[in-house]
Amino acid sequence: MAIKKFAVGCYDDEAVLFPAVEKVRNSGYKLHDVYTPFPVHGLDKALGHKDTDLHVAGFIYGITGTATALGFMGWIFTGDWPTNFGGKPHFALPAFIPITFETTVLFAAVGMVLTFCYLNQIMPGVKKHVFHPRQTDDLFVVVLELNEHVSEQEAIDFLKSTGAVETKVEMAESEWWYGRFDKEEEYEKLNATV
Amino acid sequence: MNERFELPARLKTTSIALMLVGLLVLIIGGITLLGGDHHAQTRFWIVLLQTSVFFVMITAASVFIQAAASLAQGGWIVAYKRVPEAIGANVWVFGLIAAVVLLFIAFGLDIDGHNPIYHWVHPEGDEILEGKSAFLNKGMFAGFTLVTIGLWAFFGRKFRALSLAQEKAPKNSTKIYWTMVKWSAGFLLVYALTQMSTTPWMWLMSIDAHWYSTMYSWYTFASAFVSGMAVILLFVLSLKNHGYLELVTKEHTHDLGKFMFAFSVFWTYVWFAQYMLIWYGNIPEETTYFKIRQQGPYGLIWYSVFIINFIMPILVLMSRPSKRNYFTVTFMAMAIIFGHWLDFFIMTMPGPMGANWYLSWYELGVFAGFAGLLMFVVYNTLTKASLVPENHPLLKEAVLHES
Repeated sequence: MAIKKFAVGCYDDEAVLFPAVEKVRNSGYKLHDVYTPFPVHGLDKALGHKDTDLHVAGFIYGITGTATALGFMGWIFTGDWPTNFGGKPHFALPAFIPITFETTVLFAAVGMVLTFCYLNQIMPGVKKHVFHPRQTDDLFVVVLELNEHVSEQEAIDFLKSTGAVETKVEMAESEWWYGRFDKEEEYEKLNATV
Repeated sequence: MNERFELPARLKTTSIALMLVGLLVLIIGGITLLGGDHHAQTRFWIVLLQTSVFFVMITAASVFIQAAASLAQGGWIVAYKRVPEAIGANVWVFGLIAAVVLLFIAFGLDIDGHNPIYHWVHPEGDEILEGKSAFLNKGMFAGFTLVTIGLWAFFGRKFRALSLAQEKAPKNSTKIYWTMVKWSAGFLLVYALTQMSTTPWMWLMSIDAHWYSTMYSWYTFASAFVSGMAVILLFVLSLKNHGYLELVTKEHTHDLGKFMFAFSVFWTYVWFAQYMLIWYGNIPEETTYFKIRQQGPYGLIWYSVFIINFIMPILVLMSRPSKRNYFTVTFMAMAIIFGHWLDFFIMTMPGPMGANWYLSWYELGVFAGFAGLLMFVVYNTLTKASLVPENHPLLKEAVLHES
């Protein structure tokens, strides 16, 4: 939760975006993020993102579901309320399997969705700054994070040299926040000084 | 990039040695078992039935994966398309053997006036079998066997012929590609009406003629398909091991590993669904099937099948690195093929053999013989054409495939 200074470069072509991302990564500028209107195949690799451990989390959630279902049903039917169903054993494992399976899937699925949302900072009510209104339309937006040691003009020139069709420098919230889109006034005051 | 496969001497000797083992075992078995009591004679035939049906089904699974990939326009399979094609083109070899064995058992096997494997050939006096005799009779059996094997063999060879014709077609022509899509749709219909429904009833389920299960054919299909994918994977990796199929990378074998993993789970799903309903219903004429298999003399094999076909794949193949490791997938492919052969063992043996079952020189020798035959015919077919389907419209997509 901090307001930082960003240099924004907009590209109108994937073919320009990929070399630009590579140049940004080689240049030493701190890359904040890249916003695209649609999923671009291979961009994660170009950005150097590694595979997440989401699947490990999924495995753990699944095992938790298995243990919960088996433990709960086992406790009910052997300890808490033993009932005779058609002469079957109290711990009727085959009959428990479908419920165990469903609970495993439920825990893994819901847990993974929530983890995915957390990792991507998306949730109902979670707000993030939009750097360019056309980033959901037809522009690929590369955002560099600047600090007081970096010249704004140099960053802009650099972005233009990589093929950006539109550039700007602006102050913005770098993280997510919860609530309404009520940061505009705050930004206006800050950006008046930029 | 005209990759022409030349059969390495080592593979050739291995396959011929395995075939010789099978032949030797068959001759010794023919002398000792066929000359023995009715139990030994039954053993001779039931093992041949089990293994030949298993092999014809796993080779037919290669025809099915081609049809499915063609209809779904899956590009990734094109990188090693020649392998399922070569396996599919040899369905007729195993089909021929299976047809001879099955028809002999149904028509010719007669020990002291009764048929020890297919009881239903003499339904007289048995109310249940008489009730089923409109479907379960020799004529229907022969019809289903010949039509099934004939169609599988025909489509296997047709797909290969179409694919080779594509190589001679003009560059960028998609005419044969679309012809293949039409034939694939036809094959899926054939496969659904044979492997996925009627044929396993005739060949395998009718061994326990009083018992029936509506899950049975799906369950057999899952067995056949997962072993079929394992066979494809083994051939692909052995070709890579000898320096061929450069275009096939870990991305492609990873997908084959996913298929093995997913269909192992699917097999367990169907296997368990069939078991649980009968366990819960607890109707005596249904539970007898599992009584002998699970709690009786076959208990050891029953639980080994479950461990090899479910516990091992789910634990070993779940993680991404192990699906991309050639050693683990090769090991698991072998384990899966053997595990599903054991699964067919437990489908077939208890009916005719009862408590006195064997899993020794004859059973394993016949299995080795069939495996050698599969290697021999498939490698030979692979030498006949370039390993890279250069003119296939989806080749580029296959090369760029990422899983």
